[in-house]
Amino acid sequence: MIHLLGTKDLDKQTVIRILDTAEEMSQVASRSVPRLPALRGKTIVNLFYEDSTRTRTSFEIAAKMLSADVVNFSAKGSSVSKGESLKDTAQTLAAMGADAIVMRHSASGAAQTLAENGWVDAQVVNAGDGTHEHPTQALLDAFTIRRRVFGPNSTGKALDGLRVAIVGDVLHSRVARSNIWLLTALGVRVTLVGPATFIPNGIAGFPVDCSFNFDEMIDSEPDAVMMLRVQSERIESSFFPNSREYARHWGLSDDRAARLPKSCLIMHPGPMNRGLEISSSAADSVTSTIREQVANGISVRMAVLFLLLSGAQRISQ
Amino acid sequence: MTARALLQESDISRALTRIAHEILESNRGTSNLLIIGIHTRGAILAQRLGAILDKIEPGSGVVGSLDITMHRDDLANQPARTPRRTEIPAGGIDDRTVVLVDDVLFSGRTIRAALDALSDIGRPKAVRLAVLVDRGHRELPIRADFVGKNLPTSLAERIQVKVTEIDGVDEVVVEP
Repeated sequence: MIHLLGTKDLDKQTVIRILDTAEEMSQVASRSVPRLPALRGKTIVNLFYEDSTRTRTSFEIAAKMLSADVVNFSAKGSSVSKGESLKDTAQTLAAMGADAIVMRHSASGAAQTLAENGWVDAQVVNAGDGTHEHPTQALLDAFTIRRRVFGPNSTGKALDGLRVAIVGDVLHSRVARSNIWLLTALGVRVTLVGPATFIPNGIAGFPVDCSFNFDEMIDSEPDAVMMLRVQSERIESSFFPNSREYARHWGLSDDRAARLPKSCLIMHPGPMNRGLEISSSAADSVTSTIREQVANGISVRMAVLFLLLSGAQRISQ
Repeated sequence: MTARALLQESDISRALTRIAHEILESNRGTSNLLIIGIHTRGAILAQRLGAILDKIEPGSGVVGSLDITMHRDDLANQPARTPRRTEIPAGGIDDRTVVLVDDVLFSGRTIRAALDALSDIGRPKAVRLAVLVDRGHRELPIRADFVGKNLPTSLAERIQVKVTEIDGVDEVVVEP
């Protein structure tokens, strides 16, 4: 694996290897010197065409903890606003000596385009492309579930037999797509829950179940519910009548949160719309992993950068 | 020529017992002693050394393990490897005497990486080095304080320490 473009082409062994590496990386943060020399001398460019707080910061911290140099690039205030193409921007950055490009772009497939056309020598990490994939988010979600389920004995384990519900705006969610492939590869049974307008066409081709009733899903006692953000910036026409109705049918309200099994994890990739897809007290409850997900994101991204960038032969499948 | 065994199970166990006594002698007792093995086989030898120390003076065999993958100087020339668990006993390494344990001492580069890794974790009072086999050919100014067996070798030879936990047998073999 030279690039990390999505989770669809990752097999179980590779995923477990990444999660195990992340497990070791997570120890580093608690040390007196939270820094490893593994990527000394490497330059990582964060190329962000879309807004982001946690992903960009997380990648930056992860790269710095591995002693890499980080260059942050956001499309706003750059030559992109003068009309420079992705190819030219990427080649400019590569000419300045970037070893890896971490890219977020609003177009699905942008990362693959950058990686596979021979435009740049650098390795590409997809940090979200349109409504396609967001692999490191799915990896950190799986990492969070594995840690909560197995505790300190997580190393080497998969998630066979667990049931996870992904709830809400699946249609626009790259997080959902990456999670579907990744969790399925780890042996999880994934159920998509949401209004019919938010369930993508061709769902039959996905290895998942589908439900149009959140309450039934809750009563079937899943091991985790993953709430998705309603992506107002991507929603052009009306997918649901109004936000109150959405919250009533598809939101994780206090009432629904109370009916979940005690061990059921409440997950959200962030940023949250409190009161819309998730109630405030559900988001802050003890079974909520939302802040943990953010912390784990650093370990997982360290693992990805380490496995991609260190070593002569790169990560082998 | 095929691989030949240089140390048998009994030789290894005797060497470890002697090293344990030497450690206690040079440390003048058991106070603040910490045995840290370098993954993979060093960590197993450290466990055994800890068990022997515990038998000699109960409570003296406090054992940890250290992964040095991230600190290697040949990281860029080798395939990426999955790091192993670094386990430091409660209380950390600050102001304690750390005995690093590895199976073979060769170029000294592993030990250099281990010293770097240790300094990221804390500041030990002193660091000592115990190895089962010293095969010479140092590339760095590093020497072992406790040596199980000195085995002069040629650079073309390959020394392999096998332990029951991983290889199913305790022995040291040399492969031409």
